[in-house]
Amino acid sequence: MNMVDFITKLLAATLAMGTSLTYATLGEVYTQKTGILNLGMEGIMLMGALAGFTTAFNTGNLFLAMLMAMFVGGLFSLLHAFLCITMRANQVPAGLAITIFGTGLANFLGERLGPASNNFNLTGMNLPSTFSNIAIPGLSNIPIFGALFNVSILTYGLYILIPFSWFFMYRTKHGMVVRAVGESPKTATALGISVSKIRYLYTTLGGVLAGLGGACLSLSFTPSWNQGMTGGKGWIVIALVIFSTWNPGRVVIGTLIFGGITSLQFSLQAAGLKMVIPSQFLGFSPYLITLIALAGMTIINQKKKGSFASPAALGTSFAIDDK
Amino acid sequence: MSEFTTDETPVVRMVNITKHFPGVLANDQVDLTLHKGEVLALLGENGAGKSTLMNMLVGLYQPDSGEIYVKGSLADIKSPQDSMALGVGMIHQEFMLVGNMSVAENIVLGMKDLPFVPPMIEIRKKITDLSKRYGLQVHPDKIIQDLSVGEQQRVEILKLLYRGADILILDEPTAVLTPGEARDLNEILKKMLAEGKSAIFITHKMDEVMEFSHSVQVLRRGKSVSVCPTKSIKRVQDLANMMVGRDILFSLERGPYSPGEVRVEAQDLTVLPIGGGKPVLDNVSLTIQGGEILGIAGVAGNGQQQLTEALTGLLKVNSGKIFLNGKNMTNKTPLQIIKNGVSHIPADRGRMGVVGDMSVGDNLAMKKYRTNELSVHSVIKRGWVRKFAERLIEAFTIKTPNQDTSVKFLSGGNIQKTILAREIDSCGGILIAVYPSRGLDVGATEAVRQNLIKQRDKGNAVLLVSEELEELLMVADKIAVIFEGRIMDILDAKEATTEKLGMLMAGVEKEGV
Repeated sequence: MNMVDFITKLLAATLAMGTSLTYATLGEVYTQKTGILNLGMEGIMLMGALAGFTTAFNTGNLFLAMLMAMFVGGLFSLLHAFLCITMRANQVPAGLAITIFGTGLANFLGERLGPASNNFNLTGMNLPSTFSNIAIPGLSNIPIFGALFNVSILTYGLYILIPFSWFFMYRTKHGMVVRAVGESPKTATALGISVSKIRYLYTTLGGVLAGLGGACLSLSFTPSWNQGMTGGKGWIVIALVIFSTWNPGRVVIGTLIFGGITSLQFSLQAAGLKMVIPSQFLGFSPYLITLIALAGMTIINQKKKGSFASPAALGTSFAIDDK
Repeated sequence: MSEFTTDETPVVRMVNITKHFPGVLANDQVDLTLHKGEVLALLGENGAGKSTLMNMLVGLYQPDSGEIYVKGSLADIKSPQDSMALGVGMIHQEFMLVGNMSVAENIVLGMKDLPFVPPMIEIRKKITDLSKRYGLQVHPDKIIQDLSVGEQQRVEILKLLYRGADILILDEPTAVLTPGEARDLNEILKKMLAEGKSAIFITHKMDEVMEFSHSVQVLRRGKSVSVCPTKSIKRVQDLANMMVGRDILFSLERGPYSPGEVRVEAQDLTVLPIGGGKPVLDNVSLTIQGGEILGIAGVAGNGQQQLTEALTGLLKVNSGKIFLNGKNMTNKTPLQIIKNGVSHIPADRGRMGVVGDMSVGDNLAMKKYRTNELSVHSVIKRGWVRKFAERLIEAFTIKTPNQDTSVKFLSGGNIQKTILAREIDSCGGILIAVYPSRGLDVGATEAVRQNLIKQRDKGNAVLLVSEELEELLMVADKIAVIFEGRIMDILDAKEATTEKLGMLMAGVEKEGV
């Protein structure tokens, strides 16, 4: 196998791997930008994966499956929003509860929603159709970068969503309001903006995107249902948000690096490198690199005087007459 | 001040406004009238209900009962957007600006009629035009957190003007300004009045009432106690008494000036900023003797913070020496410095002075953490804490429902008294007070100042950082002026005048230059 082929394949694998992460990370960026920390991503993604898979399995309609995943994701984050905004619960345990609840429920339903022939289990079932790669004639034949033009429609969607999200956040009046709510909810209130409304809206949107991210796994990346198939991706999302410095335009950098290392690790394992490097080490290397990257971010942030800082009101509840 | 006519319909009329908060009657049947072109000063102590009343006029709170008329018709103000639509806008005491957004973004933030993609070029132009017209210089592309406090206030004013406000409410607008900036603000206000705009001005400074306003309304404990034309006021003392409901001392009792041994000695302190650049403290030397108050005058951000942080061990100096109570304490830890007898009343009382969620009693006893008085084998002696706190609460007249109340529920003045009580009780000869009366009302300010002087009379060395020249002239024995990290001069308080200090604060080396 020559080098160009290897890199092209690696990029293709990275894109496939990173799509799910990117949707969820974008979702969490929107949520955190308004000041709400949603640690329920792991549970929401898994519920999305399940909802998408079971809909596709029963109807064969992939777009309906996608919508179902988004709906379920939105519903779960709406619960988080209710806990954190209306009930003013501490956002950390609320998010953890969502993850534990979502993971448990998805795994439970995965053993109940399958066909009788498979003992009602969804594991091991195949979908009638999946989101497969669509090659754009001409472009997809370019060495290396051709991989960008031979991806599933879910990945193409990101080519539009990422630049749009950046534009939305930094160039539109709605983005301005989102940033203000996360940075200084008092200011927003004094200008007549409803902090609660904005937080509800974008926390829900975040869950919608996370649900879609989960569906990317079960409908496209590894079209199947397996217990706990998100495998901690929901937690990586939280790290990737920090890595993106809360800028939707930069989300892609983190997901590419993380997706890239994970794919590289698979290729190296496949190439028999585990004889040299233990497979366990390769397995946790993406997470190790994430840790190093986060520490590096903190150092850069100090030098840049906090221009990469998190939204100032992140994780805090708000009411106008709070002391 | 220019004149206004009273025969037209008032632009604002608040009738019989009552507002309850849990356990507090914030406003009790208050009436307020504002005419076109008028500046009304709303005077009162902290907690008198001034801000609450104004927050109802802009729709942040809803009154329990009462009616608000704006420009002659009954107004139903449910949110700040409603009040803005009527031309009523407020500049809050704590600026309502988003720190990491640009000036232009802050000015248009949340405006309903903004297109999906705001046309920033047009917006910038409109802002530049407005700033030229009113002399409010500020660059529309600057990020808020890079601006000085004075500039941020200009952004707040521009925000209201941009949205077409003609009734402006200013909540203690000069509290954060230097004397020069306050004068500029006065000029800007005059320009706006000349165009037929009106203003309500919340303050607890009497001299500002006399200087800026046409009429004055005094609130006390939620009730309106007096409304009168400013001209009719004969003595400032009368206003103060009306506001507090008792006589206020305008001169403080103090013993004769008899300095003792040197307690604080700083030699050539230099602090360089992280990442390089101009030193934030540049060869600063000063001494304070026992029985002496040294005041530090200067515009905020000229090194006062670094100086006090260096003296209290919170900031390491790059060069120079610090001697406290005769011992070399250069770059020692805060604990070592505290043990050497230094007490500190920090500038940010909410964040560095008290733990808001802890009780008054615990906050008072906190500094005894390492002593045997507080605990036996790490178990806190509750009975001792109770007695100790009771004694201090009484001695410093801290107004609190009881000592188990969380400190954050007290007023600013009582939070400051809590800190004062703890620090003075544990004081071993040196007291460093940073902006101790900032944001406090007349009564609390008086108590703070009197306590500082008491420490001086007891033979302690006091360092007082203040942005109010009058406070320094009244309380300090000597005044050092700091500018860009350097001590410009140290004056005898008896010889110092506001003008002299003002010149030095602006960096002018000698008079007449």
